[in-house]
Amino acid sequence: MGHRIQLVAVFGALLLLVLVIELVRRRRLNERYALLWMLSAFVILGLSIWQGLLEQLAKLIGIAYPPNALFLAAIFFILLLLLNMSVALSRLQGETRILAQRLAILESDHEQTSENEEDW
Amino acid sequence: MAERKLVVIPAYNERDSVVAVVESVRSAMPENWDIVVIDDGSDDGTGAKAARAGAHIVRTPFNLGIGGAVQTGFIYARDRGYHQMVQIDGDGQHEPSAVESLQKAMSESGADMICGSRFLSHDYTYPAPISRRTGIHIFAFLLSTFLRQRITDPTSGFRLYNRRAIELFASDYPHDYPEVEVVMMLHQHRLKMKEVPVKMNLREEGVSSISTSKSAYYMVKVLLALFVGLLRTRDRQPAEGA
Repeated sequence: MGHRIQLVAVFGALLLLVLVIELVRRRRLNERYALLWMLSAFVILGLSIWQGLLEQLAKLIGIAYPPNALFLAAIFFILLLLLNMSVALSRLQGETRILAQRLAILESDHEQTSENEEDW
Repeated sequence: MAERKLVVIPAYNERDSVVAVVESVRSAMPENWDIVVIDDGSDDGTGAKAARAGAHIVRTPFNLGIGGAVQTGFIYARDRGYHQMVQIDGDGQHEPSAVESLQKAMSESGADMICGSRFLSHDYTYPAPISRRTGIHIFAFLLSTFLRQRITDPTSGFRLYNRRAIELFASDYPHDYPEVEVVMMLHQHRLKMKEVPVKMNLREEGVSSISTSKSAYYMVKVLLALFVGLLRTRDRQPAEGA
């Protein structure tokens, strides 16, 4: 792998790692979601630093040009992160629905009680 | 103590029909039925109109879709200790006078859910487009095969539930296009359902929640839910009624 692309990959992964840690530090990103991001950054970082590892991985899955294995790994993690996002979104949607339902019923109770008080 | 019974009318932008539905429910059904309209985030004043017609209103803060709206009705029924709940659509499709035959079927068969079917009577006329009827028959065929019980109209929203079904669906109800999945869920929780013939009117006003552009999504979504449902394990014991 050329030195330049190696440098770019290492720099990119480091940048991602720092960004994620900084976001967690400022409480803008939940640890729950940060973990998968950090894992992705560490794996990309590891593969770009240790050329031997990347070459072995490439050989193992039949890729002639090792940097392509790096892209493959990156794409794999991107898909994983997106799926993780969809799961989180589904959970949020479910929680929001429950909140809306509870609120709707509480509000109708409240209106009824205040009407009764007026009658009284 | 008399059994407490609840009519749930889910309505989303049904300003032009909701009053007629509430009034027909009131006049066709005995006194001991309470009526609640779930105004599912309508922006056309459906809730206010229904309130003036004398129904109790539960207003969701934004549109949840038919599944979320009906589930709100189940939660309401569960929390207030209702023994029976009937769902009647807010668009005037269902005849409130037919609830009596649903109730009769429930007390005779002991089933947990009684479903009004358009296709059970011999003289049925349901002038819906052929595409919609085909979809319904495909779901009916699949469910009948999976459940080994004849199901003719799994998309009907005209349903009577007992306390056990109320409790099950208050805690878990499918989100959008729920009717077909509900039949599957009942089966998984070892609750029983039965169909009785009813007549249904075509929608008078408003727009069905299933527009043509969405029917493809509807088919695929429900089919996915059915096949994934097959992968879920069935309860070994029937659900406990509290």
